[in-house]
Amino acid sequence: MLSMTMSSKGTKVKQPIGDVIFDIIVFIILMFVNVIMLYPLLYVLATSISDPGEVIRGNVYIIPKGFDLGAINEMLKHPQFPTSYMNTIMYTTCGTVLTLLVTPMAAYPLATDKFKARGFISVLYIITMFFGGGMIPTYLNMRMLHLLDTRLVMIIPGVISAWNLIIMRSFFRGIPGSLHESAYIDGANDWTVLWKIVMPLSKPVLATIGLFTAVGYWNDFFSALLYLNNAELYSLQMVLRSILVDATMASSGADGQKDVDQNKAMSTQSLKSASIVLTMIPIMCVYPFVQKYFAKGVMIGSVKG
Amino acid sequence: MAKNAKSLNAPVKKNIFARFADAVVYDFKHNKILWALSLPGLILLILFKYLPMYGIVISFYDYNLYGGISGSEWIGFENFIRFFKDPYFFRVLRNTFVLGLYGIIWTFPAPIILALILNEVRFSGFKRVTQTISYLPHFISTVIIVGILKIVLSVDGGIINIIISTLGGNPIQFLNDPKWFRTIYIASDIWQGVGYGSIVYLAAISGVDVQLYEAAKIDGASRFRCMISITLPCIIPTIMVMFIMKVGSILSVGFEKVLLLYQPATYETADVISTWVYRKGMLEQDFGLSTAVGLFNSLINIIFLFGANWFSKKFMDEGLW
Repeated sequence: MLSMTMSSKGTKVKQPIGDVIFDIIVFIILMFVNVIMLYPLLYVLATSISDPGEVIRGNVYIIPKGFDLGAINEMLKHPQFPTSYMNTIMYTTCGTVLTLLVTPMAAYPLATDKFKARGFISVLYIITMFFGGGMIPTYLNMRMLHLLDTRLVMIIPGVISAWNLIIMRSFFRGIPGSLHESAYIDGANDWTVLWKIVMPLSKPVLATIGLFTAVGYWNDFFSALLYLNNAELYSLQMVLRSILVDATMASSGADGQKDVDQNKAMSTQSLKSASIVLTMIPIMCVYPFVQKYFAKGVMIGSVKG
Repeated sequence: MAKNAKSLNAPVKKNIFARFADAVVYDFKHNKILWALSLPGLILLILFKYLPMYGIVISFYDYNLYGGISGSEWIGFENFIRFFKDPYFFRVLRNTFVLGLYGIIWTFPAPIILALILNEVRFSGFKRVTQTISYLPHFISTVIIVGILKIVLSVDGGIINIIISTLGGNPIQFLNDPKWFRTIYIASDIWQGVGYGSIVYLAAISGVDVQLYEAAKIDGASRFRCMISITLPCIIPTIMVMFIMKVGSILSVGFEKVLLLYQPATYETADVISTWVYRKGMLEQDFGLSTAVGLFNSLINIIFLFGANWFSKKFMDEGLW
C-alpha cells in the first residue's frame, strides 16, 4: 500500500546521470541499514545453533559452525525458563483476549453520536496518555487491591490502554453510519450492532491492536519486576533478565554439574543466544502475517485528526 | 425526558461536570446498552489509572506503609526539599535531561531521514523488504536488546571487540565505562526505533501532491532537490506533531533499558530519575520521597509538552490541540 507511493514518478525515457547516481546511493544506504538491522539478530541465531567451542574461539560471525542444538536443549531443561515460558503464554493469551473484548466495548460508545457522555469519557481516557500516577503510587495501589504476587496483576492492568482505545474509536468512526441505521430498523440494539456488524468490519484494527497487545504482554518486564516476588509466577522476560543481564549467571545445567568445566564458560554465550532465540520465535512467527496491518494502525494512532 | 433533552440542547453555561452529570442521566435513560458497554473499561480506568493518580498525594506525607495515608503525617513539601538537597539530585536530573536531549538530537531525526530515503526507492519489492526488516527490532523486548548488547559488546568474544582487536586496537569495556553509556543507549534506541518510527512519515509522504514533483521536474530539479525542497517541507506538520510529543516526554527516558544496562560503575552518566526513584522506592521503601520525585518528573514533562505545543503553534501554526 505504502510502497505504491511514488511509482508514478518513474516513467521516463532517459534518465539523467545524476538520477542514476542518486539511485545507487539510496540503494547503498538502505542495504547498509538492512545489514545493521539484521546482523545482530542473525549473529545471535548463529551462535545459538553453533558448536559452543567455535563460538568462544570467535569463529562464528554469521554462518553457524558445527551445527549443535545443545544450547537450545539446555535451555529447555533450565530450572526456570520453561515454567516462565508457560506463564508468559498464559499472560499473553488472557491479556490479549481481554483487551480485544474490552477495548471495542469501551470504544464503540465513544464513536456513537447519540451517546452524550462520550466527550467527557474520551477526555478521561486521553488524560491518562499524558499523566499517570507513576511507579510508586501504582505499586502501592496494586498492594492496596491485594494484587501483588498474583497472576491477575500480570494480566488485568494492561487490558485498558488509551492509545488502543483512540485507535479503535477512530476506526469505528470510519464505518458508514448507514450500516448501523439499517440494523436498527431491523430491530437490532447496540449490543448486536457492535458484535454482528462493527466487529466483523474491524478485522484490520483488531489485528493491529491484537499484535501490539500480544507483543506488549510477551515483552512485559516491568510488571513482573515490580509486582512479583514469587518466582513460580515470573514471566519470561524476568527469567530472561537473570540469564542475559545479571553478571553472575547461575550455572547453566539443570543440576549444575561440574563435569564440563571447560565448556561452561563457552556455553554461556551460546545459552544466552539460545534463550533469546527461543523467546523470539513466537513473535517472529506471527510478525510476517500481521505486518501489513500495522502501518495503518500506527497512522490512525499517531497522526492528529 | 423532554426536559433533559432540552437542557442538553440549550446553550448551557454550566461547568463541564454539571454537563457530564446531565449527559449521564440522559444516557442512562436512553442508551443503557452503551453505558453497559462502557462500564468494564471505565472500571479498569478508575482502578488502575485514576486511583494511582490519587495516590500521588503521598508525596506530601511521611508515608507509612502500614498506616496508609490516614496513618501518615502530612509534611508538605518536605519530600521535595529532601530530593533537591540530595547529593545525587543534580546527577540524576542532568543524566535524564542529557539522555532526553540526545534523544531529540539523534534519535528523533533518524526515522525522518529513513522515510525520505525509503521514499526514493523505485523498486517496490526492495522497499517492502527494507521496511519489513527495519520494523522488526521494534518488537524485540528491552531485556533482549540489552542481552544482545551485552553479547555483542562483551570483552571476551564480543564481535565489536573482535573487530577492534583485528584492527589492532585494545578491547574496550563498553558496558563498564561511563563514557560509553550514552552512546550505547542512543545507538540502540535508534536501532530499535528507526524503522518503526518511519511509518508515520511515510504515510505523510504518501499524501504529498504528485503534481508538485511533476512541476519541479519540468523546471529541471534533481531528485535530491525534490526530496529536500518538496517532500521535506510537505511533511513538516507531521514532524512538528511528533516533535511536540517527543519534547513532551523529554524526561521519560526508558526506565527498563537504563535499569538493565547500567551498573554502579556507570551511574555517573547512567543513573536517571526513574531508576533513582526505583531504588529509593522499591528497594529502600522510601515511598513518600520517591513519589514526590516521580511527580516532579511528570510535571516537568507536562511543562515541556505545553511549552513545545505553544512554541509550535506560535511559530509553525501547528499544534497538538
